[in-house]
Amino acid sequence: MELATHPEQPDMGANGKAEKIAPGKLSAAQYLIALVLVILVAGLWRLQVVSADNFRALAEANRIRKIPVLAPRGKLFDREGRLLVDNYPSVSCYLLREQVRDLNADLPLIAQGLHIPVEQIQSTLRRFQAAPKYEPIPLKQDITPDEQAFIEAHRNELPELETLDEQRRLYPRDGFAAHLIGYVGEISEDDLNKSKYAFYQPGDVVGKSGVEATYDALLRGVDGSRDVIVNSHGKEIGHLGQTLAKPGQDLKLTIDLDIQMAAEKAMEGKTGAMVAMDPHTGEILAMVSRPSFDPNEFSVRLSKSYWNEIINNPDHPLMNKAIQAQLAPGSTFKIIMSYAGLEENAAQTMHVQCSGGASFYGHFFACDKRHGMVDIEHAIPWSCDTFYYTLANKLGIDTIAKYATDLGFSQRTGVDLPDEVTGTMPSTVWKLKNFHEKWYAGEVISVGIGQGAVAVTPIQLARAIGGIASGGALRRPHLVFPDEVPGDELEAVHETFPGSGDKTVQLSTGNWQLITDAMAETTISGTAAAVHMEGIDFAGKTGTAQVVSHSAGMTSLGTGKERANAWFVGMAPRRNPDIVVAVLWEHGGWGAGSAPVAAQVINAFVTKQRRLANNLRIAAETPKPATTASVGSETGNTVASTPKPAANE
Amino acid sequence: MQRLSSYRDFDWVLLGFVMLLSLISVLEIKSATLHTKFHGFETKQIGFLAVGLLLMFIISLIDYHRLIDIVPWAYGIGIVSLIAVRLVGTKVLGARRWIKLPGGIHFQPSEWIKLILIVAVARYFWNLAGKELTWGDIGKAFALVCVPFLMVLKQPDLGTSLTYLPVLVCGLFLGGIRFKQAAIIVLSLAILVGGAWKAGKLLKPYQKARLTSFIDPDSDPRGSGYQIRQSLIAVGSGGIWGKGANKGTQTQGDFLPIPYTDFIFAAFCEEHGFVGALGVLLLYFLILMRLIQNAQTASDLPGTFIIMGVVAVIVFQIAVNVGMVVGLMPVTGIPLPLMSYGGSSILFTFLALGIIMNIRMRRFVN
Repeated sequence: MELATHPEQPDMGANGKAEKIAPGKLSAAQYLIALVLVILVAGLWRLQVVSADNFRALAEANRIRKIPVLAPRGKLFDREGRLLVDNYPSVSCYLLREQVRDLNADLPLIAQGLHIPVEQIQSTLRRFQAAPKYEPIPLKQDITPDEQAFIEAHRNELPELETLDEQRRLYPRDGFAAHLIGYVGEISEDDLNKSKYAFYQPGDVVGKSGVEATYDALLRGVDGSRDVIVNSHGKEIGHLGQTLAKPGQDLKLTIDLDIQMAAEKAMEGKTGAMVAMDPHTGEILAMVSRPSFDPNEFSVRLSKSYWNEIINNPDHPLMNKAIQAQLAPGSTFKIIMSYAGLEENAAQTMHVQCSGGASFYGHFFACDKRHGMVDIEHAIPWSCDTFYYTLANKLGIDTIAKYATDLGFSQRTGVDLPDEVTGTMPSTVWKLKNFHEKWYAGEVISVGIGQGAVAVTPIQLARAIGGIASGGALRRPHLVFPDEVPGDELEAVHETFPGSGDKTVQLSTGNWQLITDAMAETTISGTAAAVHMEGIDFAGKTGTAQVVSHSAGMTSLGTGKERANAWFVGMAPRRNPDIVVAVLWEHGGWGAGSAPVAAQVINAFVTKQRRLANNLRIAAETPKPATTASVGSETGNTVASTPKPAANE
Repeated sequence: MQRLSSYRDFDWVLLGFVMLLSLISVLEIKSATLHTKFHGFETKQIGFLAVGLLLMFIISLIDYHRLIDIVPWAYGIGIVSLIAVRLVGTKVLGARRWIKLPGGIHFQPSEWIKLILIVAVARYFWNLAGKELTWGDIGKAFALVCVPFLMVLKQPDLGTSLTYLPVLVCGLFLGGIRFKQAAIIVLSLAILVGGAWKAGKLLKPYQKARLTSFIDPDSDPRGSGYQIRQSLIAVGSGGIWGKGANKGTQTQGDFLPIPYTDFIFAAFCEEHGFVGALGVLLLYFLILMRLIQNAQTASDLPGTFIIMGVVAVIVFQIAVNVGMVVGLMPVTGIPLPLMSYGGSSILFTFLALGIIMNIRMRRFVN
């Protein structure tokens, strides 16, 4: 080192000039220092005075995280307040890509901790590649406490994982009432563009079908949020405030759990639908569609295999056949024919000789029996085709169509469920419009027995026939009590689901009595005599609707997928019924086969009605001996044969 | 030695400013470590300050000429200790900077070498006083500083090694380098550094990344740009009046990196605003002016050189550290003198102050 050569003590004293540094240099140093500090102050000014607001916003964004507090969805109850659909707390795991340093390095650990394969996370990430970076990616729903603990324990290593408390839907098992209740799911992009969902956010859970969809606005509530202060590791170190979630409104459905259970049981193993309605009000007491599906599978991420199973089932489990199956009504349509014929004063005096069919326009139309001389009072219980061929021919298609349309056919009923279909009621105008063809007079013959182009839904049939039995008062079917729903919301529902709604059709008392008496006769001596229930004023009409069109009436049922659809519409009591039930058993064969389903449901209804009435009577302490024999399976005590509704009606 | 010096001549005003700044430092360290595992560092800092004060008083009693006499030996020992660090040093975060001494003391030679260099440079230029600097003289001065510079740079400790350079620059400036010489040196260094940067050999990847993110902090908000970004947010969000003591969200929420050492000024700016920052910079200005005044009144050339060397180092550190905090300089890891937490930094400052006190007390000698 140069320094090592120890220099002699400097003799600078001799050289006075060298003992001092030129003062100019030190002044220069002072100016330099001042300059440096001024530059630094300018830098501070730029940040702290000029852009302070901007940085303040950034600092807030840094530390404040808005955590949504999801509103619990409203619960669903049956008409007596029994719980149908509940919520359960659940935790979901989200990935925050903004928090991530090196995601790929973290993947194996995340995969291990959350028990999902790395490939699945990668494919999820690919799916969200185009989404904005700040948007959390749902990694796994409904995680276990173990997985929750894993996320909590790895806050520092995996700051990108975030959990969110949610409420999940708990639906009845085995598809019980699945179609009327519906299910919820993440809102789709298509839905987001609709005006109904204008205020919804991507990722929101919405009702996808059934009551869940119709009353989503009431059920969903309003999500709240919690502003928490986090540190750089995403750990909560305090909270600022919160907006409470407004829970969704609970809804009481018109469904009666007891009736629904009886209906579910009666429809077991069948394909088709049934709807039970109170014709006084339009309240739906039970609604079943088969095959069913498990809505619980839809509320958490749907498994691919279950989805395939559902989608590949030829019997369309997701379809609510009570409002979406539009099929030929078969002989149940004869009630509408009778109504039209009587109101036109054409049927009263009509007497038709049935010799197993009749010829019209050069074609022979068969009847399943030789009924001999038939008048209207017998045509209904016997379901004589020859009589109705003749009546149809006499009325003509447009007269039939007028009465049928009056009764709500070829229109939606306006039930508060999405995706109801209209059905079809042919007429000359209809044919011209849809086929640009003239109506041939001969086509009316098969319409007379509910074949041809006539297509109805079970709910249309229930409403129409229930309406006739109620003296012409038709009601808008509904699943939620109107007084449960705020006025503007009810209006919105009616607007969203327009239909023929509440209306009254012309029906003379004599005709009314005639039709209802004839329908009662059906279950006594007619086509549904097998389901006759002693002590219950049970009226109905069978229908056997050909699936494959034969011009020549009902000669065979067909087999398999060509087997006829079995219809039955029943009610009790016969006039001003408290319940009307429409049953569709696809490929069930003779309509009489569907009659037991209606009978079981009506029996359950009447039995319950009587039990409640009885309870009331006992409560009133006026014991009286029972008058008639026992009917129901539950109780031996029965009251009058035409019971009045007792409780909550 | 003459006993003409007395504590009447001790620079109490300078010490007052220094202690005021130290107090601010202690309070800010307390705030910055409040919610961390480093809670309580402020008491340690007080300990360092106490030791520093003690050493300052002791060293102020020693005639600085004695230090100039022994500096060649100190320089030699310094170089040896740097070699020792290379061989037996403790590796912390990928760099060998420390030697573990018995008793749990960690010794960082690079910090002491700063002081040795200041005295050595003073001695070197004192010997050359009155002469015109030749290229040979300049070369030797470079060698004097650059040998330890390169050794510390290799540790690697860019921040500390960079603080050696102002000592050299200051020495050359006061030693009488001519403008032409300076211009040639600057130009050739620029070419050299530029070439090495191009070849990619000069800086470690992390250092390069720091430079890149200095130029564009948002390029990688979670990576190396993170520190700069968080620092800018901290300083900027402090506004004019600050968020209040212990209330800086960036500082308390652990967003600001190492808010008690390198980024302590950012923490201070966040909590005390532009006004507070201005106050601290004013204190620095007063301290530095006071030091230069002492340099002017020094009785001989080496005294001036030593004080100006210390001034150069402090100014450089303020410029680089505060410059980094406000986004005018890249992240280099240079602490802010008298503010940042850390024993080595404090001891350097107070030892330097001790020497300066002695120079001042001896200003009327001879």
